[in-house]
Amino acid sequence: MTERMTDMALPPVLTLRDLTVHRGAAKILDRVNLSLGQGETLALVGESGAGKSTIAVAIMRLLGTAKVAGTIELAGEGDLLALTERQMVKLRGQRLSMIFQDAGAALNPSYTVGRQLSTTLRRTQGLSTAEARKRAIELFTSVGINDPEGRMSAFPHQLSGGMQQRVMVAIALAGSPDLLLADEPTSALDVTIQAQIVRLILTLTRERGASCIFVLHDLALASQSCDRIAVLYAGQVVESGPAHDVLEHHRHPYTQQLKSCVLEIGTKTLTAPEGTVPSHAQMPPGCRFSTRCPRALPRCAGEAPPLVPLRATAAGPLDHHIACWNPE
Amino acid sequence: MLLQALGKIAQTLVVLFFVSVASFGLLKLAPGDPIQIMLGSEYSQESYDSLKTELGLDQPFLVQYADWAVRFVQGDWGTSYVARAEIFTYAFKEALPVTLTLASFSLAFAILIGVPLGVLSAVKKDTIFDAGSAVLALTGTAFPSFLLGILLIWFFAVKLQLFPVMGYVSPWENFWLGIYHMILPGLTLSTYFIAMITRLTRATLIEVMEQPYITAARARGEPSWRVVWVHGVRNIAMPLVTILGLQLGVLLQGTVLTETVFNLPGIGQMLTSAVLGREYLVVQAGVMMTAALFIGVNLLVDLSYPFLDPRLRARK
Repeated sequence: MTERMTDMALPPVLTLRDLTVHRGAAKILDRVNLSLGQGETLALVGESGAGKSTIAVAIMRLLGTAKVAGTIELAGEGDLLALTERQMVKLRGQRLSMIFQDAGAALNPSYTVGRQLSTTLRRTQGLSTAEARKRAIELFTSVGINDPEGRMSAFPHQLSGGMQQRVMVAIALAGSPDLLLADEPTSALDVTIQAQIVRLILTLTRERGASCIFVLHDLALASQSCDRIAVLYAGQVVESGPAHDVLEHHRHPYTQQLKSCVLEIGTKTLTAPEGTVPSHAQMPPGCRFSTRCPRALPRCAGEAPPLVPLRATAAGPLDHHIACWNPE
Repeated sequence: MLLQALGKIAQTLVVLFFVSVASFGLLKLAPGDPIQIMLGSEYSQESYDSLKTELGLDQPFLVQYADWAVRFVQGDWGTSYVARAEIFTYAFKEALPVTLTLASFSLAFAILIGVPLGVLSAVKKDTIFDAGSAVLALTGTAFPSFLLGILLIWFFAVKLQLFPVMGYVSPWENFWLGIYHMILPGLTLSTYFIAMITRLTRATLIEVMEQPYITAARARGEPSWRVVWVHGVRNIAMPLVTILGLQLGVLLQGTVLTETVFNLPGIGQMLTSAVLGREYLVVQAGVMMTAALFIGVNLLVDLSYPFLDPRLRARK
């Protein structure tokens, strides 16, 4: 699975160019450039507050009052930021859909899960009530809900966390989207169920040929399950590339720290990356990681390193990008 | 579920008992002598004493209370000297329908105007519309209803002659004429509630609209009117119904003034004239009916919770 090579000949489904998000004075995303091929899965990893979820919500154009600049290009639609809200409503659920962190909170407590799924089916697929019910039961079956017919009339609070997330997956897939955004879909679940849900989402999106952006904070899980990884730090992409390369041949000091943190959990010693992310007011104008970086040079704090491709080597393809003045 | 309901009904009866004791006692403490008022200015001590014995007012308090309570429960509420009628028949056949019509009209106005106004204020939060509705709401809560009633009568009934000045026509007998007579009093009584419901709807809806399930509904492409009215408003029903139940007391209080201003022969007017004429039995009947109405509605509010919020339904 990790060895799946990216077919660069296919036009990308989604391209982010210099995506920048301000909330008040704080710049929570800074010139993010990413692209995602057809059927590809991309993991966004980083600490909390790195802006991973913001990218997903910005693509859905659901950031509310935050100021968004740059372009979000979806194949066939052009720049999403240039569309009207009415046009966006048509894309949501049909071409783009999203799975949320806490399914229990993302399902309306007042309606049965069957109703929430079938209204989505009726709207996105133009099905009749009876057809939608039939299709809803099929979808519930495909996401592994036992007794799907009985569950149709269950309210969200009557389901376990894992079942709630399966319902969310079914709702997200109802409109057969080309791009699925999964925002830490397993962080509210038990460890045993986490792997099941991740596998379920990936299997179903791959079956449907859809692309997927997975927001995760676990580098190991990301490298096992996704084609590509983008590492974010304080709103900037610091390293991106094929999953295997980023995990094994990473060049950015921050990726190294993230990885060592993961590995040492394996040997039962917990070390987090040293220091904390600076507040937005104290953010250095240059590389945002420079305040915590063991390899920081004098120029790092003042001058922002651009995200550039690594030179092709015998070991890795060209697709690997980093933003660092002093890579490992 | 049934057991719960029975428990609530038992609670209601206990509350009604205490209300009856308290109001019975308070009336005894109130200044003014009912016998003097009944007899007029010229009377002999003999006729005073005989009337006092006849009415049982020479008995000790507890005996008087027990005597009243036994008759009251049996539906023998006594006779009103002023209305010259059985209090029970008068209260239920004449007064209660008027008050219920007025109260339900006001409630309907309050919900039909207050909820949409509150929803719009919440959706258009921090705009001129929102500020305008806040000012209106504040005025609505602060403006005394009797003054508003008089102003409405002066403008719409006297100046423009669009509505009747006062009086009551039962909507059961003549539907349209009944409604026509209820519009001004209904508006007068509901101003405070329109304002209150607008503010309450706005505040609770703003909170609900920040919930993840609202973002999730948007994310699956629900059009914004559905997000607001189907996913948002459905989830403010419970706080709204709760507050409405509790504020019903204020509404019933308001009927007293409104019925007086518009000369509607309801419980409010019955109470006012009974208090002025020291008709203890009528006052007592009015207090009991108002209390029962208030407690009854709040009982209904309690019983409605499982329907409003599925999380409160008993698990299968």
